[in-house]
Amino acid sequence: MPFIPHTDTDVRDMLATIGVPSIDALFDEIPASLRGAALAGVPEALTEMDIARLMQERATQDGKPLNFIGAGAYEHHIPAAVWSIVTRGEFYSAYTPYQAEASQGTLQLLYEYQTMIASLTGMQVSNASLYDGASAVAEAALMAVRAHRRSTSARILLPATLNPIYRQVTRAIAGNQSLNFEMLPYVPGSGTTDATALDKWKGQDVTALVIQQPNFFGQLEDVDALTDWAHANGALVIAVVNPTSLALLKPPGEWGQKGVDIVVGEGQPLGVPLAGGGPYFGFMTARMEHVRQMPGRIVGRTLDLDGKPGFTLTLQAREQHIRRTKATSNICTNQGLLVTAATIYLSIVGPEGLERVAAASQVRTRELVEALTKIRGVRAVFSGPRFHEAVLTLDRPVGPVLEALAAQGIVGGYSLAEHYPELGNALLVCATETRNSNDIARYAAALASLLA
Amino acid sequence: MHEKLIFEHSRTGRTATAQFPAAEPADIPAGLRRTKRPLLPEVSELQAVRHFTRLSQLNFSIDTHFYPLGSCTMKYNPRACNTLAMLPEFLSRHPYSPDATGQGFLGCLYELQEMLREVTGMQGVSLTPMAGAQGEFAGVAMMRAYHQARGDLARVEIIVPDAAHGTNPATATMCGCKVVEIPSLPNGDIDIDALKRVVGPATAGIMLTNPSTLGVFERRIAEVAGIVHDAGGLLYYDGANLNAILGKVRPGDMGFDVIHMNLHKTFSTPHGGGGPGSGAVGVGKRLLPFMPIPVVGKEGNQYRWLTEKDLPQSIGRLSGFMGNAGVLLRAYIYMRMLGRAGMQRVSEYATLNANYLLARLKAAGFDAAYSDRRASHEFIITLKRQSRDLGVSAMDFAKRLLDHGFHAPTTYFPLLVPECLLIEPTETEAKEELDAFVDAMAAILAEAGTDPDKLHSAPHTLPVRRLDDVRAAKQLDLTWKAAQA
Repeated sequence: MPFIPHTDTDVRDMLATIGVPSIDALFDEIPASLRGAALAGVPEALTEMDIARLMQERATQDGKPLNFIGAGAYEHHIPAAVWSIVTRGEFYSAYTPYQAEASQGTLQLLYEYQTMIASLTGMQVSNASLYDGASAVAEAALMAVRAHRRSTSARILLPATLNPIYRQVTRAIAGNQSLNFEMLPYVPGSGTTDATALDKWKGQDVTALVIQQPNFFGQLEDVDALTDWAHANGALVIAVVNPTSLALLKPPGEWGQKGVDIVVGEGQPLGVPLAGGGPYFGFMTARMEHVRQMPGRIVGRTLDLDGKPGFTLTLQAREQHIRRTKATSNICTNQGLLVTAATIYLSIVGPEGLERVAAASQVRTRELVEALTKIRGVRAVFSGPRFHEAVLTLDRPVGPVLEALAAQGIVGGYSLAEHYPELGNALLVCATETRNSNDIARYAAALASLLA
Repeated sequence: MHEKLIFEHSRTGRTATAQFPAAEPADIPAGLRRTKRPLLPEVSELQAVRHFTRLSQLNFSIDTHFYPLGSCTMKYNPRACNTLAMLPEFLSRHPYSPDATGQGFLGCLYELQEMLREVTGMQGVSLTPMAGAQGEFAGVAMMRAYHQARGDLARVEIIVPDAAHGTNPATATMCGCKVVEIPSLPNGDIDIDALKRVVGPATAGIMLTNPSTLGVFERRIAEVAGIVHDAGGLLYYDGANLNAILGKVRPGDMGFDVIHMNLHKTFSTPHGGGGPGSGAVGVGKRLLPFMPIPVVGKEGNQYRWLTEKDLPQSIGRLSGFMGNAGVLLRAYIYMRMLGRAGMQRVSEYATLNANYLLARLKAAGFDAAYSDRRASHEFIITLKRQSRDLGVSAMDFAKRLLDHGFHAPTTYFPLLVPECLLIEPTETEAKEELDAFVDAMAAILAEAGTDPDKLHSAPHTLPVRRLDDVRAAKQLDLTWKAAQA
């Protein structure tokens, strides 16, 4: 039987030891009236050979179109060594390191990860991961409300330049706990947050200001001014950042006079494949003073009975299995295997490699924007510095153009029609280091002929 | 065995893999630039590979050790599921690629929704929650949304048995609900009289695991469902223990209105050293409009993501894209390989293994917490007697088991059973492995009588000995600092 090792003799001996006549007798405490799940809708079993053929057919059906979308998930080269180690059974098939002595590999790796991501973001402490970037923003908002003891408004300012899906997820997850979310508009010319709009809240109780850098449009925000405004007005600052960009951009721990309070983001760019949307991982770092308000697992280094260093889960009194209704979050299982990938990725690319990835992505996007805006009817919407994404407008609705490109094997961008209708026929495009000049030329030629 | 930190292998100027050529970033104002490099290791590729391979060897895992962690369903993760979910076309798919370019991928997810609907007896399934706790969140949020949509705003109480997972009460709080705890009876069943006393116009619903975390089936579930429904509440099924009943009885048939499934337990996706999981939710008719989005829909032969336009009453989005898609593919492949008959075998052999292990441990001198009950796919041993007579704790047993090459069972959960070990062998373990575990437990019990200090100071053969948790929490050392080198 697939994956079940029992021989007929085993079963006979085991039933005799238990003292029952049949396996079915072991279910005698389930009321008969409830039993009899027929599972008619579940097909018969496939052999490994047959499921392999089926999956290969479906994969081939989908193909590998040339991708120019970012919008929160980025196609980067992943060194071969990363996933060949990640999928070792010792990482892949272990669980949460509850038994620390039998999980030192996972625990030490998490401690190394915490060190890397804290340094990358310029903060003092990190947890061991959250589900993804979107849900991490929700957790950060809830954490800010707990951490900011003098604020009673639970008012969180969300910029319109924050990923619109992150705004939706934050409302869906944190909205049940009476948080108040208010929107900050952006300046039409620069596509960055309108700092003058903040004066509306001057002197009022604001719990936290969220700042995304680079923002959803790919534009760079004036993070120093925004951070200083928030702190001057008694609010905490939650930074939402792209980890690759931090090789080039000032880390949130250095924003403004004091640095931000909490940093979150999507960890996917660090060695995790696009894979249709997940699994990815969310990261969260913070100032040391807020560590007891953090959600999720945290690993600490300690000593064993012989005084030798070792690693263990710590500060567990924050967590659901101890604190129950008073826990900082309900999170239990997180995204450990993806953190494993990120830690190995960061070790292999190193500080210089990450700078090269970031710089190449920025350069490729600039080339892409230059190539596409040469086409009649295409223009860049925002001026000012950007990282590796840009908003373009077309002279006609975006949807049909993207469909026509897809039919030619090109995934041409993310339509902004739904979330930013005021921008007109706008799409968000991205090129990372994985797109070369030929790719960009192919996209430009296809778009030019569609718009001709 | 000890492995240095990766930072201790680092030397300035060393690089690993053949890298991209350097490029000069443009247009970044000086004030927005990073001036000091982050603390990332500078190592060769071999050093990185060797370091992380060595770290992996410090772990216990299913692939290397029997891992009877109760409530976690640590069964074998078939390799085909991983290999086929990692076909290059699936890995390279951007989540916002047009649906037309992902019909193969979406077809798998649609069929997975349909199979999960069937095995749970529910009316609709959403795959988006990224772990069990997020599935719980989705479930309770849907119950709240249902009551609110009916103008029934007073229903804010969630009833939770004292044996529940910590995620249950924590989830209710996250959903803005108040938790009402009810006790379990000495035989492990819910105290029905206590339930009757707490239900009423404030009841939003009850969260139950069945079989419960006590390792026994809640026999009066139909009565419980009647009481909660009559009071106007809904029933939430925590699917942590679905492995016990797969193909035998369906939560929908027991009267549950909503369920989350831990695909990383019952459907064998890897636990990954702490995730990723997947907490797909199934709902009955009343909660269909409230499912979290996106959900895969089928029109004719075409699949597409359903959004807020299709489900305007949805509780919304819980993830940036569409949940842990790669985990869902692995679960799909596993279910197709098991098929209808294979799914029924899962619960049969999981239950056979648990009852066999229980019978043998009882014969070896251990006390079952619920000795007159049938074990489900897991069971509880209480070491209260040994603790009193020999001065050894469940933790001592757990740590000594590591020396014998077995991962420890879940310890000190459920909280209401003193000195407990919650043991779940799963269906993929062979009889010889179970017998060896019994031998180890018997040897440790004998040792507890002759040399209890050996247990107190265990483990003795692992990379580290027992770790000082108090020190870890008091003298926080959460990141490496170069000065410590």
